[in-house]
Amino acid sequence: MSLMSSRISYRRNNRRSIFEGFDPVLTGAVALLLLIGTALVYAATRDWYAANGLDPEYYLKRHVLNILIGAALAWGTTVIDYRLLRAYTPIFWAIGVIGLIAVLIPGIGTAVNGAQAWIALPGGFQVQPAELAKISIIVGMSMILSERTHDSDQPSHRDVIQALVVAAIPIIFILLQPDMGTVFIISVAVVTIIGASGAPLRWVVGLIIVAIMGSYAAVKVGVISDYQVKRLQAFVDPNSDSQGSGYQLRQARITVGSGGLFGTGLFNGPQTNGRFVPEQQTDFIFTVAGEELGFVGCGLIIILYLTVLMRAFGIARRSQDPYGRLVCTGVIAWFAFQAFENIGMTLGLMPMTGVPLPFLSYGGSSMFANMIGFGLLQNVHARQRG
Amino acid sequence: MNQRTRLSLLFIQILIFSLMFALLGRLFYLQVAAAPLYKDAALSIQSRDVITPANRGLIVDSSGVPLAMNRVGIAVTVDRTQIDKQSDKGVSVLRKLSSLLKLEYADVYQRTRLCGELPKGQKAGCWTGSRFQPIPITKEADPSVALSIVERSDTYPGVSALPVALRNYPAKAGANGAHLLGYVGPLTEADLSGANGRTYFRSESIGKAGLELQYDEFLRGTPGIKTVIVDRKESVTRTSQNTKPINGNHLVTSIDVRLQASAEQALEQAVRSARASGYPSDGGAAVVLDVKNGQVLAMASYPTYDPNSFEKGLTVKEAKNLYSEKAGVPALSRSIQGLFAPASTFKAVSLVAAANAGYNLNGIYDCPSEVEVGTRKFQNFDSAALGKMSMKKAMAVSCDTIWYRIAFDEWLRDGGLKPKSDRNDYFFNAAKGFQIGIKTGVDLPSESSGRLADREWRTKWYAQNKDFYCNYKDRTPKSQQTPFLVQLAYENCLDGDKIRAGDAVNFSIGQGDTVITPLKLAQMYAAIANGGTLWKPTIAKAIVNSDGTLVKKVEPEALGSLPASKSTLKFLRASLREVVTGGTATSVFGGFPVQVSGKTGTAQVFGKNANGSLKADTSWFASFAPSTSPKYAVVMMVSQGGFGASTSGVGVRKIYQTLFGVSGSKVDSEKAIYPSGNPPVTIPKISPTTKVVGEK
Repeated sequence: MSLMSSRISYRRNNRRSIFEGFDPVLTGAVALLLLIGTALVYAATRDWYAANGLDPEYYLKRHVLNILIGAALAWGTTVIDYRLLRAYTPIFWAIGVIGLIAVLIPGIGTAVNGAQAWIALPGGFQVQPAELAKISIIVGMSMILSERTHDSDQPSHRDVIQALVVAAIPIIFILLQPDMGTVFIISVAVVTIIGASGAPLRWVVGLIIVAIMGSYAAVKVGVISDYQVKRLQAFVDPNSDSQGSGYQLRQARITVGSGGLFGTGLFNGPQTNGRFVPEQQTDFIFTVAGEELGFVGCGLIIILYLTVLMRAFGIARRSQDPYGRLVCTGVIAWFAFQAFENIGMTLGLMPMTGVPLPFLSYGGSSMFANMIGFGLLQNVHARQRG
Repeated sequence: MNQRTRLSLLFIQILIFSLMFALLGRLFYLQVAAAPLYKDAALSIQSRDVITPANRGLIVDSSGVPLAMNRVGIAVTVDRTQIDKQSDKGVSVLRKLSSLLKLEYADVYQRTRLCGELPKGQKAGCWTGSRFQPIPITKEADPSVALSIVERSDTYPGVSALPVALRNYPAKAGANGAHLLGYVGPLTEADLSGANGRTYFRSESIGKAGLELQYDEFLRGTPGIKTVIVDRKESVTRTSQNTKPINGNHLVTSIDVRLQASAEQALEQAVRSARASGYPSDGGAAVVLDVKNGQVLAMASYPTYDPNSFEKGLTVKEAKNLYSEKAGVPALSRSIQGLFAPASTFKAVSLVAAANAGYNLNGIYDCPSEVEVGTRKFQNFDSAALGKMSMKKAMAVSCDTIWYRIAFDEWLRDGGLKPKSDRNDYFFNAAKGFQIGIKTGVDLPSESSGRLADREWRTKWYAQNKDFYCNYKDRTPKSQQTPFLVQLAYENCLDGDKIRAGDAVNFSIGQGDTVITPLKLAQMYAAIANGGTLWKPTIAKAIVNSDGTLVKKVEPEALGSLPASKSTLKFLRASLREVVTGGTATSVFGGFPVQVSGKTGTAQVFGKNANGSLKADTSWFASFAPSTSPKYAVVMMVSQGGFGASTSGVGVRKIYQTLFGVSGSKVDSEKAIYPSGNPPVTIPKISPTTKVVGEK
């Protein structure tokens, strides 16, 4: 540590603690989300695992381990000055892309729910390169869009095109898995970053039009796979696929609705304990909150997200340089739209996609990515203008 | 940071803020506004009710002898949750089981399918209950079969044998009572939908006919409900409620099982003897009432069926036979549903009408062989000219022509075809006073009301049929256009809305369009006997809790009084006694030691039987006894049974024999059904083991 700080010459003076740079409100909100998530993961798995003769704390233990690793990653991300990170951005980006290529190679990558998205590691761990690719794209684009090779205050068309290429390469590989949920989240983040970069407005408008036409064409031409079409149909008409996605969405809505104002209390949800909603410790974790914590608990979760996001906006505004601001904006867009997509899907507002709920869902890769994203926010915060 | 960047950040912030608020709004709708809806939906996903039916209450006779009880059978059941887990979904087990039970595999397979699993049109024989209840394949398995299932549970996984309660009609003293008792059966979708305002569970049996249906809410008790919470794999995670079944209440009836058996036998013998005399005799009914309160002491209908056949499981053949014309429609309860012209038994009403019209009951009337009514001649029975006689004698020998004259005179006095507004309608009003055309209100389902063919009925009838008769030639095939039928249609079209002279005279002798049930006639004669009170006939005397306490007592209900003075009724009773001592029923009751009063009836029936023969007469005998202080009213009717006296009269005598303990020309009150002289008023102790008097 001391070695590192000595090397960073422009680091702010009089730092005494490694936690000093942490935004207390942001940290508190994230910590509360992690705590609630831990309780929900435990509630989602305890009874079922016990009833089937397995270790009821299996998921709890692994989830806590993920959080601890994530916390270390966040801390690591925070202490290295983001401007230094910026120098290594091309390397991060390249690692991300290599991971995305590797996952597509049969024998290395494994498919779950129709998407070739995981790389199995020894010890039963799995990595989802797409989660980490989100960070690669955000820092990569931010780097390009904040470099000023000319006098203008705004990125040039050339910068924007470069940034889009940086984003497009990983997106194409994720499309090949295919993981539409992640593509959607990343695309929204990409448009947001470009919008926030000060690039000409027609880029933003154009990209949105291209995205809409692209997804329409994808459905029509059949680029996206059958199960994804079914999910979309189930969203439009929940009765169309009563055994598959339609079932899941219906069950999710019933489970959330049955929680009522105060919920059944943690561990007491019959829908959760009966495991009527599949994937309830990962993508459908919000149903557990809905049933067991009720409107009060769910409202608190949404307010905590709002707190994290609004705090992040403050950090972005106070950032010393465009790079820090764009990284923050990218992370904000990522967290916000992933949370919205996940909860929206659970509540029947959005079509079903396989994206986890930031900080709450069980899952190593997404937890690590979220915590690195959180670390990036803290990093910018620690070095903001006095 | 320039202005544009600042603005775009603000824009993004507002957008994200709105999205999060959209989530909160949706959340509020789901969890607060629509929460009850989703709570119900969740409950139906998670909970499964397992129903333990309550023990159905007994139906007993007035001395406590069970008419309907519960018997233990051995049910062989299949557990769907278990056989579904087998690799072949239980096919091999069901095959083995069907050969063990000597049943068709297809039937066994069908019985284990939930109705909801099967496509429309293929649901026959499906299981109406849930997956979580053991599904009975048979309820009357042989004990040795049951034993082999229990012993070789590894050969029959998912199959068990256990004792179950079956509804049983023990036919004590030989009494069948099918039409009285009814039967129990599985619930229909209409029952389950709460059409009658009660809540049922799929696995319950409910009363489908007779007393079982009428008093179902008391007899069935409250089933025990165990609600289990299941998970997605349908394994039970916990029990949320568990209530014990509450036994049904017992029904005490006024029936006496020995008298019931005797009435059934007498009726059957009457039908058989009529058949032996060459009459088609397609059915009959017998009713015994307590004249003092309307309680039904016995009620029989012929042909009958075995009420136990429903619990055994009706075969298709048995089910069809119940409603087959050829078999005489055994399902029809002729006592309360059979509608027949009362014929001369109606003269009791006519006598009241004549008395009310001022005719001298002690006068002398002529009984010629025929009477000219308008342009038509109406013959006496068998066209006999019996000369001048008293009114009493006229009743005894059942003279028709006296009534033709009186009825015709009264019809003319009321204006004939142009009825006066201040007409007296003595005959119609007398019949109304006897409540003809109105249900007796007996506590059995599906009673027919009968029909009083008075002026109002005639008007309604004409409105419905005018079109047909006025276009008769267009509406009917050539074969039905005989000169007689064409003339009849013409007359009906012309003045079918009016009571014509012919209608009036036919009405007076109980012919024509007026029809009644045997129970209605019994109610009428009981009223004549008791001094003029029309009682509502009742079968139930009391409802008793399973621990013996009285839940409800059925009190006698007077429905009205006969429109006759005391002296008229006294004269009428004397006339009815005369029928037995010196009239149409004398030969039947010659030497009978109990004084019986009654009236024979031989009703003409129009139409043809299936084989083309003309329908034979309806044989009636309506009576009460003892004549001086009447206690019982007995009515027998044999459809197409010939003469009143020789068929029904003989049957009624047999019932009186049992009732009073008559052997030869002596009364042995010890052998009487009610040795004390009256039906019991106390509520008997109820036990399934109560024996019939005299039974060992």
